[in-house]
Amino acid sequence: MTYEPVLLANVEEKDSHTLAVYEAGGGYRGLRRALKEMSPGDVVELVEQSGLRGRGGAGFPTGMKWSFLPKKHPGPIYFCVNADESEPGTFVNRVQMELDPHQILEGTILSCYATRAQTAYVYLRYEYPLCRKRMQAAIDECCAAGYLGSNVLGSDFSLDVYIHVGAGAYVCGEETGLIESIEGRRAWPRIKPPFPAVEGLFRKPTVVNNVETLACVKHIVDRGAGWFRSMGTPPEPNNPRDPGSFGPKLFGLSGHVNRPGCYEAPLGISVGQLIEQFGGGVWKGRKAKAAVLGGLSTGVVAVSEFDTPLDFAAPMRVGCLGLGTGGVVVLDETYSMVDFLHNSCRFFAHESCGQCTPCREGTYWALQMMERIKAGRGRLRDLDLLLEIGESIGIMPGTTICGLADGAAWPIKTALSKFRDEFEDFIMQTNPDGYMETEPVEALVGV
Amino acid sequence: MNVLDAEVRKNIESCLGRYPTKQAATLPALHLVNDRLGYVPPKAVVEIAELLELAPAQVQDTLGFYEFFKQDKPQGKYRLWVCRSIGCAARGGEELLEYLCDKLNVRPGETTADGRVTLEYAECLGACELAPAILVNDTLYGNMTVEKIDELIHTWR
Repeated sequence: MTYEPVLLANVEEKDSHTLAVYEAGGGYRGLRRALKEMSPGDVVELVEQSGLRGRGGAGFPTGMKWSFLPKKHPGPIYFCVNADESEPGTFVNRVQMELDPHQILEGTILSCYATRAQTAYVYLRYEYPLCRKRMQAAIDECCAAGYLGSNVLGSDFSLDVYIHVGAGAYVCGEETGLIESIEGRRAWPRIKPPFPAVEGLFRKPTVVNNVETLACVKHIVDRGAGWFRSMGTPPEPNNPRDPGSFGPKLFGLSGHVNRPGCYEAPLGISVGQLIEQFGGGVWKGRKAKAAVLGGLSTGVVAVSEFDTPLDFAAPMRVGCLGLGTGGVVVLDETYSMVDFLHNSCRFFAHESCGQCTPCREGTYWALQMMERIKAGRGRLRDLDLLLEIGESIGIMPGTTICGLADGAAWPIKTALSKFRDEFEDFIMQTNPDGYMETEPVEALVGV
Repeated sequence: MNVLDAEVRKNIESCLGRYPTKQAATLPALHLVNDRLGYVPPKAVVEIAELLELAPAQVQDTLGFYEFFKQDKPQGKYRLWVCRSIGCAARGGEELLEYLCDKLNVRPGETTADGRVTLEYAECLGACELAPAILVNDTLYGNMTVEKIDELIHTWR
């Protein structure tokens, strides 16, 4: 059975980013209907029923997140669109905002209606200049057409949307880092609780949702919760904490495949299916060695694990952090896992915001060790030290404020547990005289 | 003599209505100044602070956190970001960056002696399907090769 894309349905149209084309394809009809026929509470309930989970990486149920807002709050309530897509291997939000910005805006308007927010900020990374242009043009078109501003489509509901451009910091994708950044400060994540729903932007109740999540909201309002739940993976029967993985998902496929790109499939497609059906297989007639499963933070799967379904629960069964963003980066048999892990450690050391010592120092130590290993001065015991760092930094071991360090740890843990032989061989071959050394050695510095 | 001209000041002030606090206009203000001057010198920090009714240290604290802004000297006419994250690294991004360091005779973060090009590495440009990707000012280029980069730079004046 072929799957008919929904999130990407418009992107092939000429001028798909314009209001005229979006409306011609049925755009904003759902909003029109919802404003007439549904209360904000109805929209929240519908999204809860759909089982929609956030597409930005953590997979938190969207309707539940909204339901944490205080009832009967006098306002203002703020809404933030997280368009700071910076996770290595992830680019689907860029494609959505460039080619179908109105889909994101309709989802935003519906979500603000549901949460009674009257101001929304789109936190957009500066690396996406075309998104900025297209999103701003779409906002302007909406204001002129009455979809934004005072009394949206003649209703009591009013909404302003502003773009807030970032300036190159991965940690701004963390929702409280994002909030701090909008407030004009360094993006140091906040200690939680209080969670943003209670005290967020400008100390007011705030919802932060990912771009793709909002696109899903638009389609849930259009097509119903039943449609959304007709796709995906039901909850694991033995795991009471798994609410299931429903709906369509965008997957960013890149690395060593013949046809890298942004593809849409129901949650639950396997890594291997994605590579074969959409990516046209591994490039240059080679075999795959591994793949980043869903953005760098989630870690890697070995080729023997390519049958892993891409849903919210299955990646954990193969030692990965989770589904993440759905950014799959394929690495072929010639690519060195030492290079992979060095690249990963360098990224996280560079992006650690410096607030929590275990992350600031831990990511840096990990990088120093990988620099040393790559330079041919590695020791076998470095691998255990790396694992020790991987086990001790992050919000899961409880040593940091946000999840950035967990994201740094998963590539270390998965690469070393799945490719330990390759690391040991590399160290013994490049440092034949010193690989057993136990004396402290000087650090090689460089981020 | 002010470093921020009337137009930049006007543009900063026009951002204020979007936010309930003046401090929230810090990032927009820094962008406007960096776009205009090519960097945000200490004197501009003081002037932004005056406009936003903040201490200069508050503006400097924010400025120093974000890698995009230049502080010491203006960026070149062309700011060239080469992605070095895993998607691009797997398809030659790091080699491209090395090539450009040699060709332009600068390290990442530096500007060529003629002030034309500032070379930067980027952490994931979010264009992994176009790897290796580069961003030049506001334009993204994908599937780059040494030859394509040479051609591109050749057209810059």
